Amino acid sequence: MRASFVQLISALGHFFTSRIDRLGLAARFAGALLVSLSIALGRLPLMFREVYFSGVRSLSIVAVSGLFVGMVLAVQGYEVLQRYGSAESLGVIVALSLVRELGPVVTALLFAGRASSAVTAEIGLMRATEQLAAMDMMAVDPMSRVVAPRFLAAIFSMPFLAAIFSTTGVIGAWIIGVKLIGIDDGAFWSQMQANVDVRIDVLNGLLKSIVFGTAVGLISVFEGYFAAPTAEGIATATTRTVVISSLSVLLLDLLLTVMMFRGLS
Amino acid sequence: MNRSRFDFAVGLFVAIGLLAMAFMALKVGNLAGFDSGTGYVIEARFDNIGGLKVRAPVKSAGVVVGRVESIGLDAETYEARVLLRVYPNYRFSKDTIASILTSGLLGEQYVGLESGGDPVYLAAGDRLGKTQSAMILEKLISQFLFSKAAETPAKAQ
Amino acid sequence: MTSFHESEMIALKDVCFSYADRPILNGIDLTIKRGEIIAIMGGSGGGKTTLLGLISGRLKPQTGSVLVKGLEVPNLRQSELYGLRRKIGMLFQFGALFTDLNVFDNVAFPYREQTNLPEEMIRTLVLLKLEAVGLRSAKNLMPAELSGGMARRVALARAVALDPAVMLYDEPFTGLDPISVGIIGRLIKRLNRALGMTSVIVTHDLNETLRLVDRVVVLSQGKIHRDMAPEEIRSTDDPFIRQFADGLPDGPVPFHYPGRDYWSELMDQ
Repeated sequence: MRASFVQLISALGHFFTSRIDRLGLAARFAGALLVSLSIALGRLPLMFREVYFSGVRSLSIVAVSGLFVGMVLAVQGYEVLQRYGSAESLGVIVALSLVRELGPVVTALLFAGRASSAVTAEIGLMRATEQLAAMDMMAVDPMSRVVAPRFLAAIFSMPFLAAIFSTTGVIGAWIIGVKLIGIDDGAFWSQMQANVDVRIDVLNGLLKSIVFGTAVGLISVFEGYFAAPTAEGIATATTRTVVISSLSVLLLDLLLTVMMFRGLS
Repeated sequence: MNRSRFDFAVGLFVAIGLLAMAFMALKVGNLAGFDSGTGYVIEARFDNIGGLKVRAPVKSAGVVVGRVESIGLDAETYEARVLLRVYPNYRFSKDTIASILTSGLLGEQYVGLESGGDPVYLAAGDRLGKTQSAMILEKLISQFLFSKAAETPAKAQ
Repeated sequence: MTSFHESEMIALKDVCFSYADRPILNGIDLTIKRGEIIAIMGGSGGGKTTLLGLISGRLKPQTGSVLVKGLEVPNLRQSELYGLRRKIGMLFQFGALFTDLNVFDNVAFPYREQTNLPEEMIRTLVLLKLEAVGLRSAKNLMPAELSGGMARRVALARAVALDPAVMLYDEPFTGLDPISVGIIGRLIKRLNRALGMTSVIVTHDLNETLRLVDRVVVLSQGKIHRDMAPEEIRSTDDPFIRQFADGLPDGPVPFHYPGRDYWSELMDQ
C-alpha cells in the first residue's frame, strides 16, 4: 500500500520533471534559433522557398475552409438573429467572429496539420539520414540554413493566410446571407463596417496570427530537430507537432483574447 | 522546381494576402471613418449612461458622426463623463443636446446629437450643456408600477 | 600548440569519452601523419565512429587532447571550428545527400555556401568532381533515383569539393555490392594520392580496406588493441584480430549477449 503510494508520487514527479526537462530543452533550442535568425534573415530566398512549401501550398485549403466556415456561420447566425428581428446584424456577427477569432485560430490549426507536420517530418528525416550532420561537417550551420528559414516561413505566412481565411469567410457569409437568404446588401456591409474596428479587431486579429505562427513554427522545428531517428520517432514527432501546436494555439488564443478584448464591448 | 517559379508563386501568395488584408481594412472594417486619431473630442456628462460602451457610435439624425472615446466617473459630482470623438467633417452648434438612445428594444446604445440653433460651433474640448440620460428599463417599469399603485386607491374611494 | 610536428595531421593524446555513464573510449593515443590512409577497425559500438566525431569536433572528449592541423579541436569556438571543417571532408555511412537537391546541386552546395565563385565557375568545378567519380551524366538525377553505390560516389564528390586536407570515411563500404565497393575503394585511394589528403577510414570491410590503407588501428574495449601494417593483419595470430579477419562467430568477442548462464535460466521454472 505504502509502496504503491510512493510509486504514484514518483510517477507524478517523473511526469513533471520530464516535461520540465523538455521545456528547458525547448528554451535552449529557442535561444539557439534566435541567434541563428540574424544569419537566416540575411538570406531571405531560403525563407521564401519555405514560404512556398508551407504558405502557398496551404492557400487552397485555407481559402476553401474559410468559405465554408463563413457560410455555416451565416446559416447559424441568421437562425438566431432573425428571432430578435436583427438579421441585418449578420454581417457584424460573422465578420467579428472571423476577424477576431476564427480567422487566426482555424488558420493556425489548419497550418499545423497541413504544413507544420510536414516540416517536422522533413527535419526529422534530414536528421535521421545525417543530412544535418553532413551540413554541419561542411561548416554550414543547420540551425540557420534549415531550421530558421522554416520557422520564419511560418511566421511570415500565417497573417496572410489568416487574412485570406477571414476574407473568404466574409464572402461565404455574404453569399448565404445576401444572395440566398435575401438580407439587404447595404445593411449587411454598412452594419459590418460600423462595428468592425480596423485597429482593435483587424490588427489584433493579425497580431494573433503572428503569435500563432511563431508558436506553431517553433514547435514544428523543435519536434523535428529532436525527433528520434527512427520511423516511429518521426511519426511520434509529427503527431506531437499537431497536438501540441493545436493546444498551444487555443491556449494562446485565450490569453491574447483576454489581453486584447477585455473591457471592450 | 526552379527559382523563378518559387518567386512567382510566393509573390502571388503575398499579393493575394495583401489584397485580403486590404479587403478586411476597407470593406469589412472602415479604415477611413474609424481612424481614432482624427476628428475632435467633446465632453458630455450624464446622470446615468446605462449600457453605453466605449466605441459606441455617435449619431445625428441616424448618421454615424463619431465614436465614444472614453467613459469615466466624475469623483465629485458622481456624473458619468463621456468623451465623444466627432469626425472632422461634422460641426455642431454650441447648444447641441446629447442623449443616450437605444437602437431597437434590445439593441446597442448610442449617443444621439441634436443640433440647436446657436450660430457658434462646438470646438475641441467643449462640454455639452444639455444632456439626456439613458432610459433604464427597470426604472421605467417601477415608475409605471408606482404610478399605477398611486392611482388605484384613489379610484377605489 | 603542444609538440606539433609539421608531419602530424591528427594527434590524439590520452582521449577518454563516454556517453552519460557508458564509457566508449578510454585513453586513446593516436598520431596520423600527413598523406597517410589509416583504417580504424573494431567491433560494433566499439567507438570507431565516436573517434571520427572527436576528430571533426562534433563530440568533445571528457579528458585528453585532440589536435588537428595543430589546433586543439575541443577548445575551438564555433566560428573557428567551422574554419577548420572547411578543410575536413566527411563521407557519411549512407552518403547523407540532401534529398531535396539533385546531384548537381548537392555537389555545388559546398561551393555555393563557402565560396563567392561565379555560377559558371561552380558549374565547371562540379562537373570536374562528378567526372572524377564517373557520374557527370547523372547530374540532373535526384538522390532517390540513385543506387546505393552511386549515392556514395556523389557524396564523395561533394565531400572532396573544397579539396580538404583531411578526409573522414564512416563505413564507406557498408551496404554496397562488391563492384561498388571496389569503385569506392579505388576512388578513395586515387583522391588521396591526387589531393595529398590524410584519410581516416572507419570500416568493417577487411578485404577492401587492407588493399588501400597504410596502417590499421584495431579498437577493442575503448582502447587501441593493435596498430599495425596491413600485411601483418593477414598473418597475425592475435585471437581478436583472427576472429575479426576470419569472421568467426565466437571468440574474444562473444556470440552471446552477456547475461546469465543458459541452463540456470532454463531451470528457473
